[in-house]
Amino acid sequence: MEQKLIVSPSPHVHSGDTIPKNMYAVLIALIPAFLVALYTFRLDALLITALSVLFCVGFEYLIVRYVMKKEPSILDGSAIITGVLLAFNVPSGLPIWILALGALFAIGVVKLTFGGLGNNIFNPAIAGRIFLLISFPAQMTNWPSTAMAVETTDAVSSATVLGLLKQAPEALPNLQQMFLGLEPGSLGEMSAAALLLGLVYLLCKRVITWHIPVSILVTVALFTGILFLIDPLPLYNPLIHLFSGGLMLGAIFMATDYVTSPLTKKGMIIFGAGIGFVTVAIRLWGAYPEGISFAILLMNAFTPLINTYTTPKRFGEAVKHG
Amino acid sequence: MLKSFRIGGIHPKENKLSAGMAIQPIALPAQVVIPLSQHIGAPCQPIVKKGDKVKVGTLIGKSVGFVSAQIHSSVSGTVLKIDKAMDASGYKRDAVFINVEEDIWEEQIDRSEALVTECNLTAKEILEKIAAAGIVGMGGATFPTHVKLTPPPGMKAEVLIINGVECEPYLTSDHQLMMEKSDEILVGITLVMKALNVQRAIVGIENNKKDAVALFTKKVKAYPGIEVQPLKVQYPQGGEKQLIDALTGRQVPSGALPISVGAVVQNVGTLFAIYEAVQKNKPLIERVVTVTGKEVQRPCNLRARIGTPLTTLIDAAGGIPESTGKVISGGPMMGKALASIDIPVAKGTSGILIVPTLEAKRKAMKDCIRCGKCVQVCPMGLNPTLLMNLTEYEVWDRAEKNAITDCIECGSCSYTCPADRPLLDYIRLGKGKVNGIIRARKN
Amino acid sequence: MSVILTAVATLGAIGAGSAGILYLVSQKFKVEEDPRIQEVQDTLPAANCGGCGFPGCAAFAAACVNADSLEGLNCPVGGEVTMDRVAAILGQTATKAAKKIAVVRCSGTCEERPRLNQYDGVSNCSIAAALYGGDTGCSFGCLGLGDCEESCTFDAIHINPLTLLPEVVEDKCTACGACVRACPKDIIELRKQGPKSRRIYVSCVNKDKGAVAKKACNVACIGCSKCQQACPFEAITIENNLAYIDDDKCRLCRKCVVVCPTHSILELHFPPRKETPPAAKEEEAIANA
Repeated sequence: MEQKLIVSPSPHVHSGDTIPKNMYAVLIALIPAFLVALYTFRLDALLITALSVLFCVGFEYLIVRYVMKKEPSILDGSAIITGVLLAFNVPSGLPIWILALGALFAIGVVKLTFGGLGNNIFNPAIAGRIFLLISFPAQMTNWPSTAMAVETTDAVSSATVLGLLKQAPEALPNLQQMFLGLEPGSLGEMSAAALLLGLVYLLCKRVITWHIPVSILVTVALFTGILFLIDPLPLYNPLIHLFSGGLMLGAIFMATDYVTSPLTKKGMIIFGAGIGFVTVAIRLWGAYPEGISFAILLMNAFTPLINTYTTPKRFGEAVKHG
Repeated sequence: MLKSFRIGGIHPKENKLSAGMAIQPIALPAQVVIPLSQHIGAPCQPIVKKGDKVKVGTLIGKSVGFVSAQIHSSVSGTVLKIDKAMDASGYKRDAVFINVEEDIWEEQIDRSEALVTECNLTAKEILEKIAAAGIVGMGGATFPTHVKLTPPPGMKAEVLIINGVECEPYLTSDHQLMMEKSDEILVGITLVMKALNVQRAIVGIENNKKDAVALFTKKVKAYPGIEVQPLKVQYPQGGEKQLIDALTGRQVPSGALPISVGAVVQNVGTLFAIYEAVQKNKPLIERVVTVTGKEVQRPCNLRARIGTPLTTLIDAAGGIPESTGKVISGGPMMGKALASIDIPVAKGTSGILIVPTLEAKRKAMKDCIRCGKCVQVCPMGLNPTLLMNLTEYEVWDRAEKNAITDCIECGSCSYTCPADRPLLDYIRLGKGKVNGIIRARKN
Repeated sequence: MSVILTAVATLGAIGAGSAGILYLVSQKFKVEEDPRIQEVQDTLPAANCGGCGFPGCAAFAAACVNADSLEGLNCPVGGEVTMDRVAAILGQTATKAAKKIAVVRCSGTCEERPRLNQYDGVSNCSIAAALYGGDTGCSFGCLGLGDCEESCTFDAIHINPLTLLPEVVEDKCTACGACVRACPKDIIELRKQGPKSRRIYVSCVNKDKGAVAKKACNVACIGCSKCQQACPFEAITIENNLAYIDDDKCRLCRKCVVVCPTHSILELHFPPRKETPPAAKEEEAIANA
């Protein structure tokens, strides 16, 4: 044996888990939702998603290489996920130049100015969506009708479930339609069923734990449920809230973003509860029909505080059992 | 549902390449180098000098202070010198060099294989024999056994826990010892139960050693008070605190000793050595070492005398492979990478693991992505990424508040991290610094 | 119009009210401090390096003001100039301390000290030192991983990538002691800078027996004590196979440098010696044998 021995501290073996593995698992989990979007919006879905990914990856490469003068690591999957999630949060008919601006904001401002992956405080896709919503409110709330499934050339814009909830509750579709995803909305928020399939995949692959999604959904159900018991308006129906809008997408894919969510289980539950509470508050009493984006952004700001004040369950604190 | 510890844990690939390989003795080397510090505590004072003749079992190093263990010659021959030699610590430390001549043992040692079950000694006499034999924890911790079996004033042991877990991947020396020397180990257990004055003993064995579980379950029927508990295959099931949690449901509080919850844990190798010491008057002069690795020709379990150079053992397993990258003393999770294989077998050398070059190098580390997986797997319920940050920025008071001193250095955090961050390296550094600060504060 | 007036008036009132509260609070909770502390602090270099032994310049200023004399109080960064100014403010005399500089006592470059294994851990000397003696045969020598460079706030010490040893930038070093504290192997020492920056020191900390040390590194100190015998001022002590030159006793006569068989003793900033012709050297050698 000629070569020198390698010496390093223990441990000398690694699980083989890598950042790309986790990121690509999230992308796989998003496939069912993407398929629903494809079925509903056809070519538009493909175009928006592909372009969004292209813009996000492209901007990340250009900024990291030429502005930050570092080695870009675009293949780690995080920019691709931002692209897909941004696409899933916008209407399928959004003008491309607006989408590009959103991607630039999400990657350039929200992710890279803070230091890149691992250092950003806010979820890039959510912040990108909010930026677009506030800057281009008309284009961002122009929901093409799902009647595009029927071969008509002129798409008719229609209101989403949450929009109807506030303005015209009589015109609400039934729950089954909402669960399966046959109602107007942004690309990704259509089908609760498809998103839940993704959740099961992520849990089996141990990419995320159940704490954040369950905490958000339970809080929303409880909050609206209590109100519903007091006054059974469709506005307070917990099932409608659970299956409509971006709640499923947000709870499963956006709030669980590693970088912007707490580290400890206790912290995750507090985080999720906060999101659930703010989402319902905005949906019921705020000016916007949808509250999940703002709720996640707000709770992202609290994540460092939650991390400081929650500790994991320490060994030695458990009470003797048996 | 198999019992297990309740917080964290990982499941690395078991790779028990040498499982089922019967324990083989190896030929005596021409020279042994016996380090004078093979245990936790003060190093021994040598009581031999150049030219002295020694036999197997002759006392060559006297213990200094209470937390220390005596050292005996493992061969017969002439003392060449007392000099500094490299050992598994990574530094040169004092050792006794002995040129081997024949294989003559001290007269009082009973070399027969016959099982001796009777023991008429008192608890105190048993402890004295254990101390005289220089027995230390053979699982790798090398804590002097007679000290562990002497509870501090005011504390009493309630249960003896036998660690037959061997949760480290690759290592099989304990498993093989359990299969071949079960009777002796059980006698050893009764001796320690007498020494501690406990009526209950639990043998914990990981469920990947089903033959050992079956064998011991059958044999303990003859011993009231001893029970066998198979455990879930998870790392670090064999960690002292985790094992106590799994078998008794009690968690040792931070900074306290296991005896404070009434438990004393002993490795099966230590119990076998105790049997030999008390019943056969044989001091600790040899041990079972697993030699293993994916490219090793003949992964095996060898019985080697203390002081034998590792090269002798590696040659017995087919020689060092061409593609060797790392040689590790111990298992892959907590073992120590060696800078050279010219070091001797010591009391704590449970295995030699040879890792091929392709698997030996670390990947470059990236920024923490805050995934929280290290927090999920830490068996002590710590926050490794926070502790690494606090150590890098030298924020010692917060590190202390976040229980950095509770870390058992199991390596689960570094193993899991998808960003390849060297979490344990920094936590170990921080732990040392904080312990130093605490010691300075007490003075 | 009235809306604008109301708005301006309300905000103006809130502003004035807040300012008033802030003023009152700052007056009520003001900490009475000796005004000289601030004066002294203003003369300090504000590096907050800890070289004086105090946590920051403010603490050092307070210590100077509250002390009876400036004995033992010295700002190595500001040096004599600063201490004179401090003394002037406090009406005391400054103690004159010899200017010191950091000295790296290891010359084990890659050429002189072969590497025997590959270190693949974190680039941190403290972590590597806890693991083992290093990637060479000398367990005492410099690991070259840069803890000293990290600790220096004056950009005065850098690891040379060719030799893997730290080098001190003389005009930037303030002898604050940060690198001394950072080095886990106690290789760096603060020694007197010396007249014209001339110093002589044993560039080795190896305590192994001579033969072992020499095998690991060509320029190791083997503890042969030739230097001790050559020194006319009894400045050299040998302990644990290692020579050490006391810089209070050393008169920079350079006799030890010549006799050291491994060239382990270094002399800095001296003029080159006059070369003795080879024939004369041989005569000298025969005469000494």
